[in-house]
Amino acid sequence: MNALSRRRFLKISTASVLGAGVAGRAAGLCSGLRDPLDPRVRTVPTFCDVCFWKCGAIASVRGGRLWKIEGNPDDPLCRGRLCPRGTGGIGAHSDPDRLRTPLIRTHERGEEKWQEISWEEALDYVATRMQKIAAQHGPESMALFAHGIGGTFLKHTFRAFGSPNIAAPSFAQCRGPRETGFELTFGEGVGSPERTDIANTDCLVLIGSHLGENMHNTQVQEFAEAIGRGASIIVVDPRFSVAASKAKHYLPIRPGTDLALLLAWMKVIVDEKLYDADYVAEHGFGFESFAAALQDCTPEWAYPETGIEPELIRATAREMARHKPATLVHPGRHVNWYGDDAQRSRAIALLNGLLGSWGRKGGFYVPASIDVPSYPYPDYPEPKRGRLDNPERKFPFAGEAITTGIREATLSGQPYPIKGWMVYATNLLHALPDQAATLRAIQQLDLLVVVDVVPSEIAGWADVVLPESVYLERFDELNPEYFRQPFLALRQPVVAPPHDQKPNWWIARQLAARLGLGAWFPWQDIEEYLAHRVRAAGLSYEELKEKGVLLGAPQPLYFEDGAPAEFPTPSGKIEFYSTQLERAGFDPVPRYTPPEPGPPAAFRLLFGRAPMHSFSRTHSNRLLSDLMDENCVWVNHRVASRLGLRTGDMVRLRNQDGVLGNRVKVNATRRIRPDCVYLVHGFGHTARGLRHALGKGASDAELITRYTTDPLMGGTGMNVNFVTIETKD
Amino acid sequence: MARYVMAIDTRRCVGCMDCVVACKTENDVPEGFNRDWITETVRGEFPSLGLEIRSERCNHCAHPPCVDCCPTGASHVHERGGVVLVEGDKCIGCKACIAACPYDARYVHPDGHVDKCTFCIHRVEQGLLPACVSVCPTRCMHFGDAEDPHSDVSRLLATRPHHTILPEAGTEPRVHYLT
Repeated sequence: MNALSRRRFLKISTASVLGAGVAGRAAGLCSGLRDPLDPRVRTVPTFCDVCFWKCGAIASVRGGRLWKIEGNPDDPLCRGRLCPRGTGGIGAHSDPDRLRTPLIRTHERGEEKWQEISWEEALDYVATRMQKIAAQHGPESMALFAHGIGGTFLKHTFRAFGSPNIAAPSFAQCRGPRETGFELTFGEGVGSPERTDIANTDCLVLIGSHLGENMHNTQVQEFAEAIGRGASIIVVDPRFSVAASKAKHYLPIRPGTDLALLLAWMKVIVDEKLYDADYVAEHGFGFESFAAALQDCTPEWAYPETGIEPELIRATAREMARHKPATLVHPGRHVNWYGDDAQRSRAIALLNGLLGSWGRKGGFYVPASIDVPSYPYPDYPEPKRGRLDNPERKFPFAGEAITTGIREATLSGQPYPIKGWMVYATNLLHALPDQAATLRAIQQLDLLVVVDVVPSEIAGWADVVLPESVYLERFDELNPEYFRQPFLALRQPVVAPPHDQKPNWWIARQLAARLGLGAWFPWQDIEEYLAHRVRAAGLSYEELKEKGVLLGAPQPLYFEDGAPAEFPTPSGKIEFYSTQLERAGFDPVPRYTPPEPGPPAAFRLLFGRAPMHSFSRTHSNRLLSDLMDENCVWVNHRVASRLGLRTGDMVRLRNQDGVLGNRVKVNATRRIRPDCVYLVHGFGHTARGLRHALGKGASDAELITRYTTDPLMGGTGMNVNFVTIETKD
Repeated sequence: MARYVMAIDTRRCVGCMDCVVACKTENDVPEGFNRDWITETVRGEFPSLGLEIRSERCNHCAHPPCVDCCPTGASHVHERGGVVLVEGDKCIGCKACIAACPYDARYVHPDGHVDKCTFCIHRVEQGLLPACVSVCPTRCMHFGDAEDPHSDVSRLLATRPHHTILPEAGTEPRVHYLT
């Protein structure tokens, strides 16, 4: 496949003039602007890091104390309004459970017994161990797991060190199948932030995507606008989500059968000739073969699989077609569910292709970004051995590195040994399925270093823990966002770190110096680096510091407005029939396989998001834990009644492999099917350092002992675990 | 005379609690307490369900029982907009108002006085919206003067169906829920 996605860069040639009222720097902090309403208040623009959306924000410091943080009105992502996590982000600064100083392990791994050490000692130790591993096994034997923009500088250090083994759970445990499915169809992925034009859609179809609970700010804002405009909303979910409550049509699908529904929808649209025939004729490849492959996928065929009545399948298909091309079948984000996820995502892409919504208003816009040249570093050394997460391209359509592939290689020592992990800002024990495998892999390591802001579960297994300053206390990599409106954003410190925490760039630079890689960090100070890049883009660093966000010129968003209709697939068209899939031995048009049934009387375990938490990393933030400090297990109210359970009762979930979860409250609700139960992800902490969150709620991660691997791209389908409910403690 | 009200669009609200946390930071509400909260009401049977999500707070009632029962005058109606406030210095923490409030909108602050939503009158007096309204990512919350026929809230209350909570309590709540 063509791995290159088109990138539309925007050159800015004129530098802006430094605005008035910019204050200077003091002690590394941005002294910011005085609030005209209150002279005790100074404000600093920055961007958020509570999730990966990177909303522009303005933090207020009153009387020397961090007071509040609000959306930056100039920021196209948040448009002046943060989500609850962003608003509560200041709680990350004051979190009493956060890591304070570097720690070195004094007992067995996982016992969470530490000695506080200096940065000098910690970095010397890590560098010495890394060099020893490189001497014995090669630098490729050090792997880095890093999530988010803050990982940029550590990735740089690792590449300079000579390791290609860098991965994030955001691919194989999250959005990877979607990117693969869309790349196979349109030649490009959906990207992040997603190029979904919810703001202008007339018909929004959400399949498992629970916007509103899943709080990606721009999308939720546009979702609310779509509701306000009276857009037709169709929601497919085994659970009556918040989004379902906004829908004209709610389809309470049997878990694991979404692909059958998608094929039946497309069959109706093809048979009734409801598709965008001109668009398909102009841009489509292999439509006839695609249509033929749908032959048996009638709504009557899909009914026993999905539980959705044929007439409802027809009615919703016609509803989508009625609004085309302003119909958006949303690709979702966390889509590693059943192991057929790339093909299901491809079916979503194909349905959008039929409706003509890719590149069209109300469907998917064509994003652009400001071209910010990278810093002129020396070339990285060519690793002697290539990436080992996907040996022999076993997963031929994986566009990024596979975390679980690195874990497997660590366990097997094949194709070569992995002896050290560095983990930045991702709690692998909650992010990866099969915790036992992660722990076995850790036992193969000579070095495990965790860089984080809180003492997460994975930090508990580290040899060395390096405490990072939170986003409100540090500069970070620039964000030249690839979005509807191109813009460049700066993260800058608002307050000093309360203890001995350090920013990621400092850690990466110090480590590089000790590894003899100083040539890759020619800048002395992060602002030297940032200003160089901003000025190389023809922009004013001083203006960026003052405003937090600089906007690029708007670009055409839709094919009809002149955005280029390019499809970097092998055929150069939208591939309704995929010859590259066929050549690789996969279905050229997605085909449905029924999900494996669970044990009798067991419930399928589903998980999702809550709007005030990110992953498992925000539960010790007191502002956010005040909003939700534990999860509960959603059980259909009739099932609960049969089991003698009421809302608030404590139970434990036991999975098919005998793993018993933590005690968790029941939510006996009408809002879920009787054949599944649901947990909000990330709770049930076991790390002792997370004193406030410890033992509250149940962890979906510890019950996800099984997963089904997507044969196209190596993603781990995690909705394949079943639990029973134990009422006696 | 201005009469401040809220009109909250339950069709847009997703219950994210941004209003709750924005209030906490704006007003330094101590850990473990909050001045506003989210309530959900489910109707029907699966899968034909309805869900109403409401951002709730002090209703700044036209007939506030909390003011009537206050022995010290700490609970009072502010001259501006009819907002119900508590003057912390005058409050003796007797909790009569807490017992009288049909909405459970009040709590005892760790400093000893009763505390509750102020409609962010300190912001309103500066020409700003209440923190909960200004932060809401769904833009479901509207604040304004119901006596001004051209205000957003007047227009919404005139054109959209709406209800209040426990109207039978006879307090004439001023937080309205658009349905």
